[in-house]
Amino acid sequence: MANPVKSNYGIEIKNLYKIFGASAAAYVDHVKKGMTKTELNERYGHVLGLKNINISMPSGSIQVIMGLSGSGKSTLIRHINRLIDPTAGEVIVGGVDVVKMNKRELRDFRRHQTAMVFQKFALLPHRTVLDNTVYGLEVQGVPRAKQVDAAMHWIERVGLKGFEKRYPNQLSGGMQQRVGLARALANDAPILLMDEAYSALDPLIRMDMQSVLLDLQKEIRKTIVFITHDLDEALRLGDRIAILRDGEIIQQGTSQDIVLRPADDYIANFVKEVNRGRVIHVETVMSPLGSGGPAQAIMVPAGTKLDAAARKLMQSKQSEIVVVDSKGNSLGRLSLAQITSAMVTPAAREEQAAGIELAPVI
Amino acid sequence: MDWLSKFPNMNDEALTALKKAIDDGFRAFTRSYGDGIEEFFEPLQYFLVQCERFMTGTPWPIILLLIAAIAWFASRSWKIVLGCVATLLLIGYFGMWADTMRTISMIFVCTVLAIAIGIPIGIAMSLSNRLQSIVNPVLDIMQTMPSFVYLIPVVMLLGIGKVPGLIAVVIYAIPPIIRLTNLGIRLVDKDVLEAADAFGSSGWQRLKNVQMPLALPTIMAGINQTIMMALAMVVIASMIGVQGLGQPVLKAIANQYFTLGVFNGFAIVGIAIIFDRVSQAYGRRLQKHREVIHG
Ligand SMILES: Nc1ncnc2c1ncn2[C@@H]1O[C@H](COP(=O)(O)OP(=O)(O)O)[C@@H](O)[C@H]1O
Ligand SMILES: [Mg+2]
Repeated sequence: MANPVKSNYGIEIKNLYKIFGASAAAYVDHVKKGMTKTELNERYGHVLGLKNINISMPSGSIQVIMGLSGSGKSTLIRHINRLIDPTAGEVIVGGVDVVKMNKRELRDFRRHQTAMVFQKFALLPHRTVLDNTVYGLEVQGVPRAKQVDAAMHWIERVGLKGFEKRYPNQLSGGMQQRVGLARALANDAPILLMDEAYSALDPLIRMDMQSVLLDLQKEIRKTIVFITHDLDEALRLGDRIAILRDGEIIQQGTSQDIVLRPADDYIANFVKEVNRGRVIHVETVMSPLGSGGPAQAIMVPAGTKLDAAARKLMQSKQSEIVVVDSKGNSLGRLSLAQITSAMVTPAAREEQAAGIELAPVI
Repeated sequence: MDWLSKFPNMNDEALTALKKAIDDGFRAFTRSYGDGIEEFFEPLQYFLVQCERFMTGTPWPIILLLIAAIAWFASRSWKIVLGCVATLLLIGYFGMWADTMRTISMIFVCTVLAIAIGIPIGIAMSLSNRLQSIVNPVLDIMQTMPSFVYLIPVVMLLGIGKVPGLIAVVIYAIPPIIRLTNLGIRLVDKDVLEAADAFGSSGWQRLKNVQMPLALPTIMAGINQTIMMALAMVVIASMIGVQGLGQPVLKAIANQYFTLGVFNGFAIVGIAIIFDRVSQAYGRRLQKHREVIHG
């Protein structure tokens, strides 16, 4: 994760509000003073889309935005390339406020700084895979030979070599979304916006596409904003995760933060179903080295997940692992018992979560 | 109780005066601007004459081959091509070749003109709700007005001949293409449009790359309807001097020549079927890759 970052296109969202309705601007103050989504809808017939969003997305990393259907995820991501205009607030990309751009600046910004992948693929049905992939470059006015070169490169990278001449409706959903991804990547923009890009895909294909994205990201190091309603997907992909509910961010942090320290019962309830061994890193739960560490211990690099560490430990027949950083310095130690207890959901939280589920019944 | 059995209309003298005033006004307008307007339509006249000369002057086997080739490229179906050739041969054998060629050339020019005028109007309508609410009632009137009524002002303005006929036909036949262009563009998948915007398309790029191609099958349906309506109107326009299959029909009605009327009627049906099948097959071929399939 410490590789040099390709660009400085971080995204900074500040005090963002979005209200849907004819006289949206008039109600921002009401919302700022604490009017709820339901109240705004019932009394004034306006829909509160987003409320006081503040996120800082560092460049070159994957920011996941997670939330249930209707929580405002699509609305939020569309503010980054201003497919939706905010009611109030700032969206600063690479130091420039997207909200203040005029029509022409906005068009150039969309052409060169952002690319987007859509839940329903949104391919041009009358164009072949190749002609879909070149779309962004065509709009930019790049010469055709260059368009085709770039497109062929990305078509190959997403695993569609040999399908260039097919039409979207001749491809499966997974393959169509590969075209969507190739189209976005061919644009070579520093920011990649993915709105539930994988939600329409079957679970196995989805896993596959997640791997494709993670592999590519090692090389392209773009600022990726990835929307999902699936916590497992969020934890697998996100360097940072923000959780959205009814248009408000209720927690943001790393996957470790979310799983180990859920901000409220709502999130705890989600998190309890997570396979913790696959999410929690060894360094998150290790104990200090102390004096006179174990004579024989196996070394495990920081960032290893608990289940991988447990597997190593079982195979090595040792009793403890030592966590080391990338330079080989020891950071801490971890026993099998510690690993096991961290992998099991804490009892208190289990009951708490169960209590939430029962609450409406009582 | 007289006013119950007879509608209390405005008095007959006033009514006559009103009609006379309007007619006189229009006639005065014609007298002062008629020549200018005629000049304006000169290029149209030229186009029409050239087209007709080509269709009637070229040896018939070449025309037959040409029509067969167009049918093949549009439909890629041997059945349709054979149907076209057989129909035309039959028409020729019964002595209606020249009139049929005149009608086809007239329909061709009318359709080209209707497309050239109708599609831009349809596009403009799809971009503006206000324009749509203005144009739609006008189209309603144009479609319900008895077609003969169009002939009167056109004849007053331009006299009898090909060009006034052409104008009457185009006015009568243009509504479907305007309506369906507008509809087709408005029905374009919002997700695909959003994608085009997200990649920074300009308005023109949106229209050219997304809206027009995706609306094309609907627009083709409009063109098909326009052709059919033009064909129907061409017969009526023969009353004001448009040559072709309509004139024998008119003669047949006037003189009660039953067979003449039926033969020419069938020839019109024949070319209607040709136009219809070929343009529909072309529309279907366009549609082939267009359905958006998810999953
Ligand atoms: N154009 C709109 N007009 C009115 N309400 C809207 C509009 N777009 C979205 N909303 C509302 O905003 C909320 C968030 O929608 P969305 O961002 O699509 O959610 P998500 O993508 O998380 O499912 C929903 O309550 C939705 O009904
Ligand atoms: Mg959504």
